[in-house]
Amino acid sequence: MNYHPYTNKKHFSFSTLMLCLVIIFLFIPLFVVVLFSFNSAKGMEWQGASVVWYEKLFLGSQPLWRAFENSVIIALTSSLTATLLGTLASIGIKWYRFKGKTYITAISYLPMVLPEVIIGVSMLIFFSAVHLNLGMVTIFIAHTTFELPFAFMMVSARLDEFDYSTIEAAHDLGANEVQTLMKVTIPSLMPGILSAFLMCVTMSLEDFVITFFVSGPGSGTLPIYVYSQIRYGVSPVINALSFVMILGTMLLAFAFRRFLKSVAASG
Amino acid sequence: MRKDAIREGWKGTAYAWPMGLWFTLFFTVPLGIIILYSFLKRGLYGGVEWKFSLTAYHQMCNPSFAKVLFRTLWISIVATFFCMALALPTGYAMAKSKHQTFLLFMIIIPFWTNSLIRIYAWISLLSTEGFLNNVLLKLHLISQPLHMIYNNGSVILVLIYMYLPFAILPLFTTIDKFDFSLIDAARDLGATKPQSMFLVLLPNIKSGITTSLIFTFIPIFGEYTVPLLVGGKESTMIGNIIVDQVSKTRNWPLASAFSMVLTVLSLIGVFWMLATGRKEKVSQSKKVVTSQSELEDSVEEHHKTQLGGGK
Repeated sequence: MNYHPYTNKKHFSFSTLMLCLVIIFLFIPLFVVVLFSFNSAKGMEWQGASVVWYEKLFLGSQPLWRAFENSVIIALTSSLTATLLGTLASIGIKWYRFKGKTYITAISYLPMVLPEVIIGVSMLIFFSAVHLNLGMVTIFIAHTTFELPFAFMMVSARLDEFDYSTIEAAHDLGANEVQTLMKVTIPSLMPGILSAFLMCVTMSLEDFVITFFVSGPGSGTLPIYVYSQIRYGVSPVINALSFVMILGTMLLAFAFRRFLKSVAASG
Repeated sequence: MRKDAIREGWKGTAYAWPMGLWFTLFFTVPLGIIILYSFLKRGLYGGVEWKFSLTAYHQMCNPSFAKVLFRTLWISIVATFFCMALALPTGYAMAKSKHQTFLLFMIIIPFWTNSLIRIYAWISLLSTEGFLNNVLLKLHLISQPLHMIYNNGSVILVLIYMYLPFAILPLFTTIDKFDFSLIDAARDLGATKPQSMFLVLLPNIKSGITTSLIFTFIPIFGEYTVPLLVGGKESTMIGNIIVDQVSKTRNWPLASAFSMVLTVLSLIGVFWMLATGRKEKVSQSKKVVTSQSELEDSVEEHHKTQLGGGK
């Protein structure tokens, strides 16, 4: 690395100060919530430590666990579908010419940039136009739709580094299309496919706005449950749940560490 | 396009069209229905009547809706401005740092934490019996709890908090690619530090700035949850109106018309972003984009810049 006399100064610069302030700003609310999840009283006044809210969370919150179960089912099924469709499509778009390629490429970017409310409203109106009752199926469809662009994009990025001559070699050695796909292409794309899948799971677990539109009675996911609880003020069980969810996020981010490193390295 | 990429069309169709069909059925068609509905008459009990009408667009000009549109606009502009003002130095410091992975980690954890949990955290900080009021009362700095929540100020504050990572991540990736020796050159030639920042750094990271602006402004403009949960009676934004029209008033044409406004606005933003990215690419490589594939590359590059984040 070259030495830069002006930009590599050791002293605490304005931008470093801002970086620290921003990180403090980002973490303070989370920190306070986690702290008060161990409060023995209900309010936001510290009364002494206890794990009573965690007991309530794990033992006495049936609807919460029902919602969590829904969330997990939706996250896994929709992420699997989105990753599968996205992987196949990225292979098709990257290596072949066919009718409708420009249309598919363009339409795959749009759901990423439209506000979530639009996707939610259009889905709700669509489902009612085709007389599909709101429930797990409609949530599954909606989640797959908003995850798909990201799955497609992430696998495509991995495919950029792929050497097509490997495929030609497989064909020359007598492998047919399916064998090549299962034994050569998919295994070498696996890191990309896995991070796409993880990304989809994260997005699905996190989504509130779109799910809010397309969920019916009894099919609510965890964010829908949290919403119904926080609408009317502070609840210490939600504090405890927050800590569990923040821990979950950290684990996911940790699983993504390699991916983060590649972002930092490639820039 | 590489020569060997021209292969049998049926394979491409078999690979890509399952996704194409999914998007057509569950994205293009619903969007088409919304466009159609916005030009229809409102049904008596929700739904629509199949008669052409511009009533929905006329209703949008109603002063109370115009007020909400105007409010949405200024709240979004203020929140986006603060996001950018905080994100520029932060992205710069991250790009210069030796601990990039750790810092990305620190930005991404709050970013990936469930948005409702983050909003909830702010409610427990700001509310009348919240953490801040408790601390201030204990320290005898105030005698009465302050009303810090359920107003436009709290909406803007929480919006900044929610969308700051969206602004930071694209800026970080762009600044990270910037050649810092250009700043040294400018300083050698006598530029002051602010001059070297504004005249050398900023023009070179235009595409990152545009991406950050778009990915902050558009979702804030369509925001629904934040004004609902931390806003007051006078903090309604366009997203809230759309939801109310869909679920409470059941005026679907009007909801569709509002959605059209949001969609068109987002598309303008995206095309603007793609245009800046292309121009920059052209001026950097001193050649004109000549083919479809190069255009696609520049689009792809833009999307890679936001790979680090979720939605």
